[in-house]
Amino acid sequence: MSTHSNDHAVDSHAGDDHHEHEHHVTFWNKYVFSHDHKMISKQFLVTAIVMAILAMLMSLVFRLQLGWPDQKFPFLESILGKWGADGKLDPNFYLALVTIHGTIMVFFVLTGGLSGTFSNLLIPLQVGARDMASGFLNMLSYWFFFGSCAVMTASLFVEAGPASAGWTIYPPLSALPQAIPGSGLGMTLWLISMVLFIASALLGGINYVVTIINLRTKGMKMTRLPLTIWAFLITAILGILSFPVLFAAALLLLFDRSFGTSFYLSDIFINGAPLAHAGGSPILFQHLFWFLGHPEVYIVLLPALGLASEVIATQSRKPIFGYKAMIGSMLVIAFLSFIVWGHHMFITGMNPFLGSVFVFTTLLVAIPSAVKVFNYLATLWKANIVLSPAMLFAIGLVSFFISGGLTGIILGDSALDINLHDTYFVVAHFHIVMGSSAIFGMFAGVYHWFPRMYGRMMNKRMGYLHFWLTIVAVYGTFFPMHFVGLAGAPRRYYAYTAYEGFDAAININYLISAFAILGGLAQFIFVANFFYSMYRGKKAPQNPWNSNTIEWTAPVEHLHGNWPGEIPEVHRWPYDYGKPGEEKDFIPQTTPFSETKNSNLPGES
Amino acid sequence: MIKLLTLLVLVMAVVTIWRIIRVLELVRDLRGDEEAITDKDNRTNGKLSLWFIVLGFAGMIYFTLDAKKYLLPVAASKHGALTDSFLNMNFALIIVVFFITQFLLFYYAWKYKHKKGKKAYFYPDNHKLEFIWTVIPAVVLMGLIVYGLKLWINITAPAPAEAMVIEVYGKQFDWSVRYSGADNKLGHSNFKLITDDNPLGVDAKDASSEDDKTARELHIPVGSIINFKFHSRDVIHSAYFPHLRAQMNCVPGMTTEFTLEPTITTDSMRLITGNPKFDYVLLCNKICGVAHYNMKLKLVIESADDFKKWYKEQSYVFAKPQAAPVVEPAGMSDTAKVAKTESEPAKVVAAR
Repeated sequence: MSTHSNDHAVDSHAGDDHHEHEHHVTFWNKYVFSHDHKMISKQFLVTAIVMAILAMLMSLVFRLQLGWPDQKFPFLESILGKWGADGKLDPNFYLALVTIHGTIMVFFVLTGGLSGTFSNLLIPLQVGARDMASGFLNMLSYWFFFGSCAVMTASLFVEAGPASAGWTIYPPLSALPQAIPGSGLGMTLWLISMVLFIASALLGGINYVVTIINLRTKGMKMTRLPLTIWAFLITAILGILSFPVLFAAALLLLFDRSFGTSFYLSDIFINGAPLAHAGGSPILFQHLFWFLGHPEVYIVLLPALGLASEVIATQSRKPIFGYKAMIGSMLVIAFLSFIVWGHHMFITGMNPFLGSVFVFTTLLVAIPSAVKVFNYLATLWKANIVLSPAMLFAIGLVSFFISGGLTGIILGDSALDINLHDTYFVVAHFHIVMGSSAIFGMFAGVYHWFPRMYGRMMNKRMGYLHFWLTIVAVYGTFFPMHFVGLAGAPRRYYAYTAYEGFDAAININYLISAFAILGGLAQFIFVANFFYSMYRGKKAPQNPWNSNTIEWTAPVEHLHGNWPGEIPEVHRWPYDYGKPGEEKDFIPQTTPFSETKNSNLPGES
Repeated sequence: MIKLLTLLVLVMAVVTIWRIIRVLELVRDLRGDEEAITDKDNRTNGKLSLWFIVLGFAGMIYFTLDAKKYLLPVAASKHGALTDSFLNMNFALIIVVFFITQFLLFYYAWKYKHKKGKKAYFYPDNHKLEFIWTVIPAVVLMGLIVYGLKLWINITAPAPAEAMVIEVYGKQFDWSVRYSGADNKLGHSNFKLITDDNPLGVDAKDASSEDDKTARELHIPVGSIINFKFHSRDVIHSAYFPHLRAQMNCVPGMTTEFTLEPTITTDSMRLITGNPKFDYVLLCNKICGVAHYNMKLKLVIESADDFKKWYKEQSYVFAKPQAAPVVEPAGMSDTAKVAKTESEPAKVVAAR
């Protein structure tokens, strides 16, 4: 089947060549409404970087409030206006910052940014396709994403403030403007933005799946796909199955807010008057939300793990240990991710027996996760590790995956979750396992594939500095945060004045904020390196990391259709690194077994 | 003027950075420095890896020892003591795994760093190893699951009939409590009945509400089983008793509950913590609006006698026409009645 589709792709490319002479390339169709997957990938990446900086600066503002609650920061008034009047952060705006920081990071940076960038860049290049199955849908996917980012950013300027019910927007708080000012127009814009985002994610996801299934080059069997592609495939399927449920949740919330329905509302007395809503359940929303919300965690994490697997194998100069086990564990994780959502809801009053079932499924996730970690360690064992910035970030990812995964064992146990639920222990847990881990995967991807994107190398010294400052800052921020949680401090508190015992938490908060600021500043090294290298970095060689995968056989200068002549044929799996009997320590996928008689294993010929 | 100066400084900063970059670029070009990773890079970053893990562990241990004083004091409820020891068991396990795997990760980065001419050991698979490190985590996790679920099932078991029923009622941004009185039954309530005089919307026509009492603080007798019923009238709140290791959401339109047995009085806890001003607290732990962070209620755990005395002084939800004869609330367990001299902190400390 793949052979057939490949021929088809070649034919259509021949047609394209013809086309290009008629349609001249303009600024608009090259940089703006591009159908080329490589350009779309860069559009996603740059948009995500801009959004990430915005969300990161927000977190620094609320870290200032948490670290130094009695201090006045006059500059807040100049940047935030009435929300920072007199140099004090407004408590409503604090909640808004927390909400929008989470929303942007989870959806726009780690979902849209990560999958959008790397699925787009790597799927056609690594499976050997001229482009995505549908370039037009791909373009739409980006522009829906852009629209969604624009609406979310615009919501920051709403007079009553942006959405502020937390990134999980639980009703009734998110449904009633009487309950919190952010639930007015700000919340409406949040929901519109999310609807656009879901459209983008679905268009992208369907495209990714179709491309991987149908447009593989000759010889590219599923078992010869790099782990990146496996990760993107599974991620896309997760997204296609779960995002529509979030869409439904958002739509019903929109109905409750604007058209007086009662899906989530019942028995409410607010602002001195009972409301007419009857018969709904706020818990229903949580079920719908987390049915997406939990797979979402893996939508964020799996691509990062895929990128890290590829980088770790390449830079270890050694095959990834347990290729099939890696695929298997990703499939198991993906399956389990659909039946664990209830662990976010142990203390909502759900039936304790149902809680027990979710404990069971949740803790099962630790098994494939452990397999992945051990396989990474086995890959590094007796390797010949090139410590490039990308490799360091991939190692950092594994480190966070371990640290955050282990605390997940505690939180997944309902009996222990009773006391830790919604405390800073949870905040620390998911910032390590999902936030930092995924962002490190993204950094690894950017450093590793930057030459493939822009034809230039990133500066390695700035890369090293960025890595070491960031990993120290991440652990410095989130390790102490566990203790704030164990001290019983709830999350989303503007200040810890409610209870005298939290004086202690403030001492730790000060340390956390200091590290957070360090980490924030370190990111500007990356931003500077990124934009600088884009224009003035060293010109990249054809295959800078001596990698096996076929994206490195395409010319450094980008061209529509990726390869000038025929698409290369693939003869082997992507991990023949350091194979005994071979002089070089890598054998590209395009090398037939007939040329490597000395190193072929039994059965390979 | 200040804005202009700020702008000027910013422009100068950008120009300076740009010049520095140019200088670095020239140096790079002079040295013919490629961006390829050299063995020197590998040595430097390998060493940094080793330093990172050693200093990182040292920092973590130092911080943990130092931060112990910030943690919650000993659990003041029966189930809390059990979950705490289960938590410690979990920590013991994950700390071991954490140290081993993290050490190997960064140690390998140093030990197996790239050297020219060296070749990695070609080792793509080993089914036996894969099997071992699938089965061992599976077995360990089964243990944790079984142990954890046993606790969970006990904690969430239906409350015994003699448990004292107390309603905890959340609204933006405070808590109210209602005691069920001698009949141990809360009178019906309905959000449509809420008025300024009847903030909980209790139904006066229901006979069970006659002996219901409200209070400005939450007092509970030590050693009795308490069955909390949670309500909210506006948005979701979460009733969080950090010292009792108990938490349950308060959801408009439904009743949730949590049953627990307090084991340490406020007075004893003051001695345990060495803080004469210590008080238990009920916090809101679900984002509920602008004053979420200030939504709290003082909780007092006291001996059965003290509790009875305090309870007598509390007012009925609906003022009684004449002096009521019955004052003793239901749900006081025999042990609680006996344990009136429970202000013996020495015993509790020993029990830790």
